[in-house]
Amino acid sequence: MLLRGAFVELALPLALFALLFVASSNSTNFYFPSLAKVLERFDALWLGQRFVGDVLPSLGRLILGYLIACLAGIAIGVPIGMFGPLRRAAEPVLEFFRAIPPPALIPVLVMLAGFGDTMKVAVIVTGSIWPILLNTVEGVRSVDHVLDETCRTYQIKGMSRMWHFVLPGASPQIVVGMRIGLSIGIILMVISEMFAATNGLGAAIIVFQRSFEIPEMWSGVLMLGLFGFVLSVAFRLFERRTLRWYYGMRDLERRS
Amino acid sequence: MAGNAVVSVQHLNKVYQSGTRRVEAIGDLTFDVEAGDFTCIVGPSGAGKTTLLKCLSGLLAPTSGAILVNGHAVAGPPAEMAVVFQEYGRSLFPWKTVRENIELPLREKNIARAERRRLVDDALAAVALAGAGDSYPWQLSGGMQQRVAIARAVAYQPKVMVLDEPFAAVDAQTRADLEDLMLRLWSELDLTVIFVTHDIDEAVYLGHRVLVLSSSPTRILDDVLVDIPAPRSQATTRIEPRFAELRTRIYRGVQEAKSAARATSEPIKG
Amino acid sequence: MARHLNGASGFLLLAILWEAAPRLGLADPRFFPPLSALVVELFKLAGTEEFWAYLASTMRTWAIGLLAATVAGVVAGLVIGLVPGARKYTHSTIEFLRPIPSVALIPGVILIFGSRYQSGVVLITYAAFWQVLLQMLYGLHDVDAVARDTARSFRFSTTGFIVHVAWPTLLPFLFTGIRLAASIALVLAVTAEMVIGSFGIGRGIVVAQTSDAIPTMYALVIVTGLMGVTINIAARAIEKRVLRWHPSVRNAIAA
Repeated sequence: MLLRGAFVELALPLALFALLFVASSNSTNFYFPSLAKVLERFDALWLGQRFVGDVLPSLGRLILGYLIACLAGIAIGVPIGMFGPLRRAAEPVLEFFRAIPPPALIPVLVMLAGFGDTMKVAVIVTGSIWPILLNTVEGVRSVDHVLDETCRTYQIKGMSRMWHFVLPGASPQIVVGMRIGLSIGIILMVISEMFAATNGLGAAIIVFQRSFEIPEMWSGVLMLGLFGFVLSVAFRLFERRTLRWYYGMRDLERRS
Repeated sequence: MAGNAVVSVQHLNKVYQSGTRRVEAIGDLTFDVEAGDFTCIVGPSGAGKTTLLKCLSGLLAPTSGAILVNGHAVAGPPAEMAVVFQEYGRSLFPWKTVRENIELPLREKNIARAERRRLVDDALAAVALAGAGDSYPWQLSGGMQQRVAIARAVAYQPKVMVLDEPFAAVDAQTRADLEDLMLRLWSELDLTVIFVTHDIDEAVYLGHRVLVLSSSPTRILDDVLVDIPAPRSQATTRIEPRFAELRTRIYRGVQEAKSAARATSEPIKG
Repeated sequence: MARHLNGASGFLLLAILWEAAPRLGLADPRFFPPLSALVVELFKLAGTEEFWAYLASTMRTWAIGLLAATVAGVVAGLVIGLVPGARKYTHSTIEFLRPIPSVALIPGVILIFGSRYQSGVVLITYAAFWQVLLQMLYGLHDVDAVARDTARSFRFSTTGFIVHVAWPTLLPFLFTGIRLAASIALVLAVTAEMVIGSFGIGRGIVVAQTSDAIPTMYALVIVTGLMGVTINIAARAIEKRVLRWHPSVRNAIAA
């Protein structure tokens, strides 16, 4: 049974990989070298020095920016979600700011913060915060009415109410926002590095491209793909743990 | 009458106003509930039972009139009152275990941890769910969830327990078990209970006093003392002649209330 | 009435702050020109040919990319959703490819298209395609459920099923996908212009910043915001119109 599951999961990817490998093996195209060559470059570059020199700084900036975006997004989103008048006043303004494509703000941040780490972290924050904030507002708004009355009758108020009722109740929606925020964060991490190529994964890729080191460039792209994939798996593990109760509840509903 | 009254409802009036529509849900309700009473409230659908309950539990402010709990006027949910809601599934926190659900109101009361643990354990034992402490509410059946809600109310050690059609959404077999559970808890823990229901049989079986409400604007149609000999049991009580008499009297009252609503004439006292 | 007042009051407060802070010296006016200066700049821009050329270029890239993404997403969605077993086998591939940021393609498109607008189109197509595909798959999943429950008992013909059951169920999902894709398309159009240097508003912003034309830079950023808002509003309006009769309202909160 397990073997069958594994087969289904791996069949297409392996087939595509094999196809790509074979199709490109005799490639003399400068721009699209053989997969074998790319893998060889990957092994040489990314599993060693480059990892520390480029991947880790990228990861560090991403995590810092993402955490700030999460904390700020939730901290701002909760009061907005809870107080009707505040929400009505803030909503149009927020809608406008979140409609600005985050890359458009990069030159503004370059002007303010230069080309270094601060700018890159700031770019990640300004992009990732929106889905987190807006989903927090939505999640806090739509907490259960009966549960709210329960809190009132049992004298659960203030910070207690926030911690035991509002936040857990809104958490499924908040996590949706966090997932989107993470994807956006990764994209902005790369864009900011391609734009201001000091160090990092994005910087390395664009530098390779400019100096026409093509197999190296593709190996970097591969690394980036793995980077994104690993982070999304990590996030899913986090999601499964924090929302264990929610998934349990939904699975039960689905089965009945 | 006011001597030992834990809950005193005085000329309660509730009017819902939205734009030009004016609905007088509750006309004039006056009654007392004494300590240790098991008072059931029945009435036709739309009789303002839910509105009365929300006013009683401080979730809704009356238009006029007063509700006193332990002598103090109710301005918000009173701390001495515990409520068991009809939608048991939605009144338990799905992200907390059964034990944590029951414990939460006790933490708010700043009760020490050892004492809290004892209260939770006792409450779970009282509702026969001693082994379910570490489960999540949604892992339990509907009847068990309602029992958790009752355990939570019991552990809270309220002066008054108010239940809003708590067994309406469970099957008949489970309902019989839960009714007996309520009787047992009431006598063992010397509770004061206000029990709202649409089920007349249930009201007569459980209550020692049944208030019959009229349709809107709601008034008290009838105040019935249930003088059926104790002890009560599902097997015997319901075939007592006195049970049938009381039941019929209340049933007629409710029917008249319904037709009065249709004819919008004065409610008839039985 | 009070409702609308509240919405406008947020903007009003922001406008007052933005105008007052640089003038009062609370914010450095070199970096934060007062709002009035930006508005003036906006009007000036509207009078230049270059601005409209930028705008047209960005919109063209956006539109073509969105169209390509929608077509690709619908086709792929139909194939994966309808061919029995396809969903199972493609699941792992989709889950692996999806998190790969579209920006990973940037070096590739530079090689092939340089800074021509096609670079942007490819980036948009890759990124926005996933939104449409996913929504199609969700929708087809729902169609499956409905089919199992009702169509069989009503004995629809195949065309009848498609017209009366499948299509109406699918439509809200498709619109959600297109709406999300439209937002992403704008982001990537601007990205391509900034990073690759294609002609468009994104490049305008970079040029303004490097030549220290700060009010122009901000004005163009505001323009992108307005574009984003317009796209969102238009998408929602179209969605509402077409789906007016539809009982369920799909709430997808996304960036």
